[in-house]
Amino acid sequence: MGITPKLGELGVVTTRLEDAINWGRTRAMWPMLFGLACCAIEMMSAQAANYDMSRFGMELMRPSPRQSDLMIVAGRVTRKMAPVLRQLYDQMPEPKWVVSMGDCASCGGIFNNYAIVQGVDEIVPVDVYVAGCPPRPEQLIHGIMMLHERIKHDRISDWA
Amino acid sequence: MNLINGFATTIKHLLERPVTVQYPEQERAVRERFKGRHALKRYDNGLEKCIGCSLCAAACPADAIWVEAAENTDEERYSPGERYAKTYEINMLRCIFCGYCEDACPTEAIVLEHKYRLSFHDRRDAIYTKERLLDPPPAGAPDTPWVTEPGTFDRAIPIMQDPD
Repeated sequence: MGITPKLGELGVVTTRLEDAINWGRTRAMWPMLFGLACCAIEMMSAQAANYDMSRFGMELMRPSPRQSDLMIVAGRVTRKMAPVLRQLYDQMPEPKWVVSMGDCASCGGIFNNYAIVQGVDEIVPVDVYVAGCPPRPEQLIHGIMMLHERIKHDRISDWA
Repeated sequence: MNLINGFATTIKHLLERPVTVQYPEQERAVRERFKGRHALKRYDNGLEKCIGCSLCAAACPADAIWVEAAENTDEERYSPGERYAKTYEINMLRCIFCGYCEDACPTEAIVLEHKYRLSFHDRRDAIYTKERLLDPPPAGAPDTPWVTEPGTFDRAIPIMQDPD
């Protein structure tokens, strides 16, 4: 009651804490580039002028894991690369998400052999799998928006 | 003078319209021959085109397709000819959308269409079963299975007329 007369016609916007935090998390989610193969070309294209992921607050592809929230694994992960991927994931601060972009990262794709990890979910927890070989930039953006939808439904009680 | 020369490109681009496609609201049309999500087609009368021959699975370089065939009977007919696809599964995360299945299919049952929004929270959701791939029957046509007269629809491929 005390504040209302002073504000006049301005009004007051109220929200819940978890909604405000989830809004912040979805609107400034800096991706770490993990381009390993041809999918990286489409990831660059999604960042470039035509598709422009900075419309979603993702203008900076961080080359450093300590400044990023989202890891986009773009390309096939070899058994030799797997420990590096895990180490970079461990260096990312919480909260962190992983998008597995393309067939090879998601399940090995066409490379069903001893050299390729059959899906990065063997080594890191994956939130969204994007199909395609390679996926169009629209497909990657669609996958990221699916991740945003999931984050919007996060509850404080689940964070502990 | 050097300053003007140096900024000439920048100033030229300032006057242009932005090229960005506002993706979720606005979509860029794909090319006519774009290969996206598969669909299993039907004939105009509503029978399924797929005869369960597994040639698509044999042609698939990524082993993404799994076909299991079963016998058609006159009481329960899904497709013309002897057999139909009882289970037809494509793992969209294995598929590389090369279109070899389309080329291999003798009845043109499988077609790669223009849908491309394929993202999943779970790897198991990526396996598209026959129910998700099969097109609905055309308007007015009954859904499969059919009860048919013996002796009709016993050829998988229509009889070809000799060209003149």
